[in-house]
Amino acid sequence: MSESKTIHFRIRKFNPETDPAPSWKTFAVPFAKGMTVLDGLHWIKRNQDTGLAFRYSCRMGVCGSCGMLINGRPTLACNTQVAALKAAMVVVAPLPNFHTVRDLVPDLTPMFEKHQAIRPFILREDKGEMDAPTAEFYQTPHELEEYLQFSFCIRCGACMAACPTMATDRDYPGPMPLAQAYRYSADSRDGGFAERAKAVDRKSGVFSCHFGSECSAACPKGVDPAKAIQLMKRRLVFDYLRLFKAKKPCGGVHGQRTTGRREGIPEAPEYTIK
Amino acid sequence: MRHSRLWTWHILAGLVILVLLGLHMVIMHLDEVLPLAGLNPAGGEAIDWANVAARAKLGFFMASYIVLLGAALFHGLYGLNTIIGETNVGAGLKRFATACLMVMGVALFVVGTYAAIAARGLAMKG
Ligand code: SF4
Ligand code: FES
Repeated sequence: MSESKTIHFRIRKFNPETDPAPSWKTFAVPFAKGMTVLDGLHWIKRNQDTGLAFRYSCRMGVCGSCGMLINGRPTLACNTQVAALKAAMVVVAPLPNFHTVRDLVPDLTPMFEKHQAIRPFILREDKGEMDAPTAEFYQTPHELEEYLQFSFCIRCGACMAACPTMATDRDYPGPMPLAQAYRYSADSRDGGFAERAKAVDRKSGVFSCHFGSECSAACPKGVDPAKAIQLMKRRLVFDYLRLFKAKKPCGGVHGQRTTGRREGIPEAPEYTIK
Repeated sequence: MRHSRLWTWHILAGLVILVLLGLHMVIMHLDEVLPLAGLNPAGGEAIDWANVAARAKLGFFMASYIVLLGAALFHGLYGLNTIIGETNVGAGLKRFATACLMVMGVALFVVGTYAAIAARGLAMKG
Protein backbone atom coordinates (compact mmCIF):
# COMPACT_ATOMS: atom_id res chain seq x y z
CA MET A 1 0.00 0.00 0.00
CA SER A 2 1.58 3.31 -1.01
CA GLU A 3 1.87 6.20 1.45
CA SER A 4 -0.25 8.60 -0.63
CA LYS A 5 -3.24 6.28 -0.40
CA THR A 6 -6.19 6.79 1.85
CA ILE A 7 -7.78 4.04 3.82
CA HIS A 8 -11.42 3.98 4.82
CA PHE A 9 -12.46 3.40 8.41
CA ARG A 10 -16.05 2.30 8.97
CA ILE A 11 -16.82 2.85 12.62
CA ARG A 12 -19.79 1.87 14.71
CA LYS A 13 -21.07 4.88 16.62
CA PHE A 14 -23.43 4.57 19.55
CA ASN A 15 -24.25 6.63 22.59
CA PRO A 16 -26.76 4.59 24.61
CA GLU A 17 -27.91 7.73 26.42
CA THR A 18 -29.01 9.59 23.30
CA ASP A 19 -29.09 7.22 20.30
CA PRO A 20 -31.99 4.85 19.73
CA ALA A 21 -29.71 2.44 17.83
CA PRO A 22 -26.09 2.15 16.70
CA SER A 23 -25.13 3.71 13.37
CA TRP A 24 -22.10 3.41 11.09
CA LYS A 25 -19.91 6.25 9.87
CA THR A 26 -17.15 6.04 7.26
CA PHE A 27 -13.99 8.17 7.37
CA ALA A 28 -11.22 8.57 4.78
CA VAL A 29 -7.86 8.49 6.55
CA PRO A 30 -4.46 9.13 4.95
CA PHE A 31 -2.42 5.95 5.10
CA ALA A 32 1.08 6.01 6.56
CA LYS A 33 3.58 3.17 6.72
CA GLY A 34 3.46 1.39 10.09
CA MET A 35 0.07 2.91 10.89
CA THR A 36 -1.95 0.98 13.44
CA VAL A 37 -5.73 0.96 13.75
CA LEU A 38 -5.31 3.01 16.94
CA ASP A 39 -3.29 5.60 14.97
CA GLY A 40 -6.16 5.78 12.48
CA LEU A 41 -8.68 6.33 15.26
CA HIS A 42 -6.51 9.13 16.70
CA TRP A 43 -6.32 10.77 13.27
CA ILE A 44 -10.11 10.64 12.95
CA LYS A 45 -10.57 12.06 16.45
CA ARG A 46 -8.12 14.91 15.73
CA ASN A 47 -9.39 15.79 12.27
CA GLN A 48 -12.90 14.55 11.62
CA ASP A 49 -14.84 13.47 14.68
CA THR A 50 -13.70 14.89 17.98
CA GLY A 51 -16.53 13.10 19.76
CA LEU A 52 -15.34 9.61 18.79
CA ALA A 53 -14.89 7.55 21.97
CA PHE A 54 -12.32 4.78 22.30
CA ARG A 55 -10.14 3.52 25.13
CA TYR A 56 -6.37 3.17 25.08
CA SER A 57 -3.37 3.79 27.28
CA CYS A 58 0.02 2.21 26.57
CA ARG A 59 -0.16 2.03 22.73
CA MET A 60 2.14 -0.99 22.85
CA GLY A 61 0.01 -4.07 23.58
CA VAL A 62 0.66 -4.06 27.30
CA CYS A 63 -2.27 -2.43 29.12
CA GLY A 64 -5.15 -4.26 27.43
CA SER A 65 -7.29 -1.12 27.10
CA CYS A 66 -7.78 -0.96 23.35
CA GLY A 67 -9.58 -4.23 22.67
CA MET A 68 -12.10 -3.86 19.84
CA LEU A 69 -13.61 -5.75 16.94
CA ILE A 70 -11.48 -5.05 13.85
CA ASN A 71 -12.64 -6.49 10.56
CA GLY A 72 -14.62 -9.09 12.46
CA ARG A 73 -11.81 -10.13 14.83
CA PRO A 74 -11.60 -9.11 18.47
CA THR A 75 -8.08 -7.82 19.02
CA LEU A 76 -5.96 -4.85 20.15
CA ALA A 77 -6.17 -1.67 18.04
CA CYS A 78 -2.63 -0.64 18.97
CA ASN A 79 -1.24 -4.02 17.98
CA THR A 80 -2.95 -4.21 14.57
CA GLN A 81 -1.22 -2.65 11.60
CA VAL A 82 -3.61 -1.35 8.97
CA ALA A 83 -1.41 -2.75 6.16
CA ALA A 84 -1.49 -6.20 7.76
CA LEU A 85 -5.28 -6.28 7.43
CA LYS A 86 -4.88 -6.31 3.63
CA ALA A 87 -8.30 -4.71 3.20
CA ALA A 88 -9.47 -1.48 1.60
CA MET A 89 -11.82 -0.88 4.52
CA VAL A 90 -11.12 -1.13 8.24
CA VAL A 91 -14.37 -1.94 10.01
CA VAL A 92 -14.21 -1.15 13.72
CA ALA A 93 -16.84 -1.96 16.35
CA PRO A 94 -16.79 -2.42 20.13
CA LEU A 95 -16.06 -5.86 21.57
CA PRO A 96 -19.10 -8.15 21.34
CA ASN A 97 -20.48 -9.90 24.45
CA PHE A 98 -20.20 -6.63 26.41
CA HIS A 99 -22.55 -3.67 26.72
CA THR A 100 -21.31 -0.54 25.04
CA VAL A 101 -20.50 2.51 27.14
CA ARG A 102 -20.07 4.60 24.02
CA ASP A 103 -18.81 4.09 20.43
CA LEU A 104 -15.86 1.71 20.74
CA VAL A 105 -15.76 1.56 24.53
CA PRO A 106 -17.11 -1.69 26.00
CA ASP A 107 -18.26 -1.99 29.60
CA LEU A 108 -15.74 -4.48 30.98
CA THR A 109 -17.19 -4.41 34.54
CA PRO A 110 -18.75 -7.92 34.33
CA MET A 111 -15.39 -9.34 33.21
CA PHE A 112 -13.55 -7.77 36.11
CA GLU A 113 -16.22 -8.90 38.59
CA LYS A 114 -15.91 -12.47 37.34
CA HIS A 115 -12.14 -12.15 37.49
CA GLN A 116 -12.36 -11.01 41.10
CA ALA A 117 -14.66 -13.93 41.95
CA ILE A 118 -11.95 -16.50 41.15
CA ARG A 119 -9.60 -14.78 43.66
CA PRO A 120 -6.78 -13.94 41.25
CA PHE A 121 -3.92 -13.85 43.70
CA ILE A 122 -1.83 -16.26 45.73
CA LEU A 123 -3.91 -17.80 48.51
CA ARG A 124 -2.18 -19.46 51.41
CA GLU A 125 -3.13 -20.63 54.83
CA ASP A 126 -0.23 -18.79 56.41
CA LYS A 127 -1.91 -15.41 56.03
CA GLY A 128 0.86 -13.67 57.95
CA GLU A 129 3.37 -14.81 55.36
CA MET A 130 1.11 -13.51 52.58
CA ASP A 131 0.81 -10.05 54.08
CA ALA A 132 4.31 -9.66 55.47
CA PRO A 133 6.61 -12.28 53.97
CA THR A 134 9.66 -13.20 56.00
CA ALA A 135 11.40 -14.92 53.10
CA GLU A 136 11.23 -15.50 49.36
CA PHE A 137 9.28 -18.44 47.99
CA TYR A 138 11.37 -20.92 46.12
CA GLN A 139 10.13 -22.04 42.73
CA THR A 140 11.93 -24.23 40.20
CA PRO A 141 11.97 -23.27 36.50
CA HIS A 142 9.71 -26.27 35.86
CA GLU A 143 7.17 -25.02 38.43
CA LEU A 144 7.29 -21.60 36.78
CA GLU A 145 6.57 -23.14 33.37
CA GLU A 146 3.38 -24.68 34.76
CA TYR A 147 1.64 -21.30 34.73
CA LEU A 148 3.96 -18.81 33.00
CA GLN A 149 2.10 -18.69 29.67
CA PHE A 150 -1.20 -17.98 31.43
CA SER A 151 0.32 -15.13 33.41
CA PHE A 152 0.89 -13.10 30.21
CA CYS A 153 -2.79 -12.11 30.19
CA ILE A 154 -3.41 -8.34 30.03
CA ARG A 155 -7.22 -8.58 30.59
CA CYS A 156 -8.03 -7.05 27.22
CA GLY A 157 -11.27 -9.02 26.89
CA ALA A 158 -10.64 -10.18 23.31
CA CYS A 159 -11.11 -13.81 24.36
CA MET A 160 -14.38 -12.96 26.12
CA ALA A 161 -15.65 -11.29 22.94
CA ALA A 162 -14.69 -14.30 20.80
CA CYS A 163 -16.26 -16.91 23.10
CA PRO A 164 -19.48 -18.50 21.75
CA THR A 165 -20.53 -19.68 25.22
CA MET A 166 -20.29 -16.10 26.53
CA ALA A 167 -22.71 -15.08 23.79
CA THR A 168 -25.50 -17.29 25.14
CA ASP A 169 -24.75 -17.69 28.84
CA ARG A 170 -24.30 -14.50 30.86
CA ASP A 171 -23.41 -16.50 33.99
CA TYR A 172 -20.45 -18.21 32.34
CA PRO A 173 -17.22 -16.76 33.81
CA GLY A 174 -15.53 -16.62 30.39
CA PRO A 175 -12.08 -17.58 29.15
CA MET A 176 -10.04 -14.93 30.93
CA PRO A 177 -11.29 -15.54 34.52
CA LEU A 178 -11.22 -19.32 34.01
CA ALA A 179 -7.68 -19.23 32.61
CA GLN A 180 -6.63 -17.13 35.58
CA ALA A 181 -8.29 -19.58 37.97
CA TYR A 182 -5.97 -22.23 36.54
CA ARG A 183 -2.99 -19.88 36.42
CA TYR A 184 -3.11 -19.37 40.20
CA SER A 185 -4.09 -22.94 41.01
CA ALA A 186 -1.07 -24.19 39.06
CA ASP A 187 1.29 -21.91 40.96
CA SER A 188 3.41 -23.90 43.40
CA ARG A 189 3.19 -21.06 45.92
CA ASP A 190 -0.60 -21.22 45.99
CA GLY A 191 -2.93 -23.27 48.16
CA GLY A 192 -6.28 -21.89 46.96
CA PHE A 193 -7.43 -24.59 44.53
CA ALA A 194 -10.37 -25.71 46.68
CA GLU A 195 -11.60 -22.14 47.07
CA ARG A 196 -11.37 -21.43 43.34
CA ALA A 197 -13.05 -24.76 42.56
CA LYS A 198 -16.12 -23.45 44.38
CA ALA A 199 -16.23 -20.46 42.03
CA VAL A 200 -15.78 -22.33 38.74
CA ASP A 201 -17.01 -25.91 39.34
CA ARG A 202 -20.71 -25.04 39.12
CA LYS A 203 -23.60 -24.73 36.70
CA SER A 204 -22.55 -22.35 33.91
CA GLY A 205 -18.99 -22.82 35.10
CA VAL A 206 -15.83 -24.26 33.63
CA PHE A 207 -17.61 -27.34 32.20
CA SER A 208 -19.75 -25.11 29.97
CA CYS A 209 -16.68 -24.59 27.77
CA HIS A 210 -17.06 -26.47 24.46
CA PHE A 211 -13.38 -26.19 23.65
CA GLY A 212 -14.15 -24.24 20.50
CA SER A 213 -10.80 -22.45 21.10
CA GLU A 214 -11.96 -19.18 19.58
CA CYS A 215 -10.55 -17.49 22.70
CA SER A 216 -7.06 -18.82 22.04
CA ALA A 217 -7.26 -17.82 18.38
CA ALA A 218 -8.23 -14.27 19.40
CA CYS A 219 -5.75 -13.77 22.24
CA PRO A 220 -3.15 -11.18 21.20
CA LYS A 221 -0.72 -12.31 23.92
CA GLY A 222 -0.56 -16.02 23.13
CA VAL A 223 -2.07 -16.96 26.48
CA ASP A 224 -4.10 -19.92 25.13
CA PRO A 225 -6.98 -19.66 27.62
CA ALA A 226 -8.69 -22.70 26.03
CA LYS A 227 -5.77 -24.85 27.12
CA ALA A 228 -5.90 -23.47 30.67
CA ILE A 229 -9.64 -24.22 30.81
CA GLN A 230 -9.12 -27.85 29.75
CA LEU A 231 -6.33 -28.20 32.32
CA MET A 232 -8.67 -26.81 34.98
CA LYS A 233 -11.37 -29.32 33.96
CA ARG A 234 -8.85 -32.15 34.15
CA ARG A 235 -7.68 -31.06 37.56
CA LEU A 236 -11.26 -30.86 38.89
CA VAL A 237 -12.12 -34.33 37.54
CA PHE A 238 -8.88 -35.82 38.92
CA ASP A 239 -9.61 -34.12 42.21
CA TYR A 240 -13.08 -35.72 42.31
CA LEU A 241 -11.64 -39.14 41.44
CA ARG A 242 -8.95 -38.62 44.10
CA LEU A 243 -6.28 -39.00 41.44
CA PHE A 244 -4.87 -35.54 42.02
CA LYS A 245 -2.51 -35.25 44.93
CA ALA A 246 -2.43 -31.66 46.09
CA LYS A 247 1.04 -30.54 47.10
CA LYS A 248 1.56 -28.28 50.05
CA PRO A 249 2.33 -24.78 48.78
CA CYS A 250 6.03 -24.17 48.87
CA GLY A 251 7.43 -22.32 51.85
CA GLY A 252 10.08 -19.66 52.23
CA VAL A 253 13.54 -21.03 51.66
CA HIS A 254 15.96 -18.19 51.65
CA GLY A 255 15.90 -17.79 55.39
CA GLN A 256 14.91 -14.73 57.34
CA ARG A 257 14.66 -11.51 55.41
CA THR A 258 17.60 -9.23 56.08
CA THR A 259 17.50 -5.50 55.81
CA GLY A 260 20.81 -5.25 53.96
CA ARG A 261 21.56 -6.12 50.33
CA ARG A 262 22.28 -9.74 49.56
CA GLU A 263 25.68 -10.59 48.20
CA GLY A 264 26.25 -10.35 44.44
CA ILE A 265 23.35 -8.02 43.67
CA PRO A 266 24.66 -4.90 41.90
CA GLU A 267 23.69 -1.36 42.85
CA ALA A 268 20.68 0.09 41.04
CA PRO A 269 21.55 2.77 38.46
CA GLU A 270 21.13 6.44 39.35
CA TYR A 271 17.63 7.87 38.93
CA THR A 272 17.27 9.68 35.62
CA ILE A 273 14.64 12.03 37.09
CA LYS A 274 15.64 13.71 40.34
CA MET B 1 -23.63 -29.40 43.15
CA ARG B 2 -20.06 -29.60 41.86
CA HIS B 3 -20.31 -30.08 38.13
CA SER B 4 -17.09 -32.05 37.94
CA ARG B 5 -19.05 -34.98 39.44
CA LEU B 6 -21.75 -34.87 36.76
CA TRP B 7 -19.15 -34.30 34.07
CA THR B 8 -17.04 -37.26 35.27
CA TRP B 9 -20.08 -39.54 35.23
CA HIS B 10 -21.03 -38.18 31.82
CA ILE B 11 -17.62 -39.24 30.47
CA LEU B 12 -17.67 -42.60 32.28
CA ALA B 13 -21.18 -43.26 30.95
CA GLY B 14 -19.86 -42.48 27.47
CA LEU B 15 -17.13 -45.08 27.93
CA VAL B 16 -19.67 -47.64 29.15
CA ILE B 17 -21.82 -46.94 26.08
CA LEU B 18 -18.79 -47.36 23.84
CA VAL B 19 -17.99 -50.79 25.29
CA LEU B 20 -21.52 -52.18 25.63
CA LEU B 21 -22.80 -50.75 22.37
CA GLY B 22 -19.66 -52.12 20.72
CA LEU B 23 -20.48 -55.54 22.18
CA HIS B 24 -24.06 -55.22 20.95
CA MET B 25 -22.85 -54.35 17.44
CA VAL B 26 -20.43 -57.28 17.41
CA ILE B 27 -23.13 -59.74 18.51
CA MET B 28 -25.74 -58.38 16.12
CA HIS B 29 -23.65 -57.81 13.03
CA LEU B 30 -20.46 -59.86 13.24
CA ASP B 31 -22.03 -63.17 14.17
CA GLU B 32 -21.02 -64.69 10.84
CA VAL B 33 -17.44 -63.51 11.12
CA LEU B 34 -16.70 -64.24 14.77
CA PRO B 35 -17.20 -67.55 16.60
CA LEU B 36 -20.26 -66.50 18.62
CA ALA B 37 -22.08 -69.83 18.45
CA GLY B 38 -22.69 -69.84 22.22
CA LEU B 39 -24.57 -66.58 21.97
CA ASN B 40 -26.60 -67.59 18.93
CA PRO B 41 -27.19 -71.29 19.63
CA ALA B 42 -30.23 -71.56 17.36
CA GLY B 43 -28.22 -70.50 14.31
CA GLY B 44 -29.75 -68.21 11.67
CA GLU B 45 -30.04 -64.51 12.41
CA ALA B 46 -28.78 -63.07 15.70
CA ILE B 47 -32.14 -61.32 16.06
CA ASP B 48 -34.22 -64.53 15.83
CA TRP B 49 -36.36 -65.00 18.96
CA ALA B 50 -34.65 -68.30 19.87
CA ASN B 51 -31.25 -66.56 19.92
CA VAL B 52 -32.60 -63.49 21.75
CA ALA B 53 -34.18 -65.77 24.38
CA ALA B 54 -30.94 -67.76 24.72
CA ARG B 55 -28.99 -64.57 25.42
CA ALA B 56 -31.67 -63.17 27.73
CA LYS B 57 -31.28 -66.24 29.96
CA LEU B 58 -27.71 -65.20 30.73
CA GLY B 59 -27.52 -62.92 33.78
CA PHE B 60 -24.66 -61.01 32.14
CA PHE B 61 -26.86 -59.86 29.29
CA MET B 62 -29.67 -58.78 31.57
CA ALA B 63 -27.20 -56.80 33.68
CA SER B 64 -25.53 -55.30 30.60
CA TYR B 65 -28.91 -54.16 29.21
CA ILE B 66 -29.69 -52.41 32.49
CA VAL B 67 -26.24 -50.81 32.74
CA LEU B 68 -26.38 -49.70 29.08
CA LEU B 69 -29.83 -48.25 29.60
CA GLY B 70 -28.70 -46.30 32.67
CA ALA B 71 -25.55 -45.06 30.97
CA ALA B 72 -27.37 -44.03 27.79
CA LEU B 73 -30.12 -42.24 29.69
CA PHE B 74 -27.69 -40.35 31.92
CA HIS B 75 -25.30 -39.48 29.08
CA GLY B 76 -28.05 -38.39 26.70
CA LEU B 77 -30.25 -36.50 29.14
CA TYR B 78 -27.32 -34.73 30.84
CA GLY B 79 -26.13 -33.66 27.38
CA LEU B 80 -29.62 -32.47 26.46
CA ASN B 81 -29.89 -30.57 29.73
CA THR B 82 -26.56 -28.87 29.01
CA ILE B 83 -27.79 -27.80 25.57
CA ILE B 84 -31.00 -26.42 27.06
CA GLY B 85 -28.90 -24.62 29.70
CA GLU B 86 -27.06 -22.76 26.96
CA THR B 87 -30.13 -21.44 25.22
CA ASN B 88 -31.54 -18.03 25.94
CA VAL B 89 -34.73 -19.23 27.65
CA GLY B 90 -35.47 -18.00 31.18
CA ALA B 91 -33.94 -19.55 34.32
CA GLY B 92 -37.36 -20.82 35.51
CA LEU B 93 -37.98 -22.64 32.24
CA LYS B 94 -34.50 -24.16 32.42
CA ARG B 95 -35.18 -25.47 35.95
CA PHE B 96 -38.50 -26.90 34.76
CA ALA B 97 -36.76 -28.60 31.82
CA THR B 98 -34.14 -30.10 34.18
CA ALA B 99 -36.88 -31.45 36.46
CA CYS B 100 -38.78 -32.92 33.48
CA LEU B 101 -35.64 -34.60 32.18
CA MET B 102 -34.90 -36.09 35.59
CA VAL B 103 -38.41 -37.49 35.96
CA MET B 104 -38.31 -38.79 32.40
CA GLY B 105 -34.91 -40.42 32.97
CA VAL B 106 -35.99 -42.19 36.16
CA ALA B 107 -39.30 -43.33 34.60
CA LEU B 108 -37.60 -44.69 31.47
CA PHE B 109 -34.99 -46.44 33.57
CA VAL B 110 -37.66 -48.14 35.70
CA VAL B 111 -39.66 -49.25 32.64
CA GLY B 112 -36.51 -50.42 30.80
CA THR B 113 -35.20 -52.33 33.82
CA TYR B 114 -38.59 -54.00 34.26
CA ALA B 115 -38.53 -54.98 30.56
CA ALA B 116 -35.03 -56.49 30.84
CA ILE B 117 -35.98 -58.51 33.93
CA ALA B 118 -39.32 -59.57 32.45
CA ALA B 119 -37.64 -60.66 29.20
CA ARG B 120 -35.33 -62.88 31.21
CA GLY B 121 -38.31 -64.36 33.07
CA LEU B 122 -40.05 -65.08 29.77
CA ALA B 123 -36.95 -66.67 28.30
CA MET B 124 -36.46 -68.84 31.39
CA LYS B 125 -40.04 -70.13 31.11
CA GLY B 126 -39.11 -71.16 27.58
S1 SF4 C 1 -6.45 -14.34 27.76
FE1 SF4 C 1 -5.62 -13.13 26.03
S2 SF4 C 1 -7.44 -12.31 25.01
FE2 SF4 C 1 -8.10 -12.99 27.04
S3 SF4 C 1 -8.00 -11.17 28.31
FE3 SF4 C 1 -6.03 -12.26 28.53
S4 SF4 C 1 -4.70 -11.34 26.98
FE4 SF4 C 1 -6.77 -10.73 26.45
S1 FES D 1 -3.31 0.75 24.23
FE1 FES D 1 -2.51 -0.63 25.71
S2 FES D 1 -2.85 -2.55 24.80
FE2 FES D 1 -3.46 -1.17 23.26
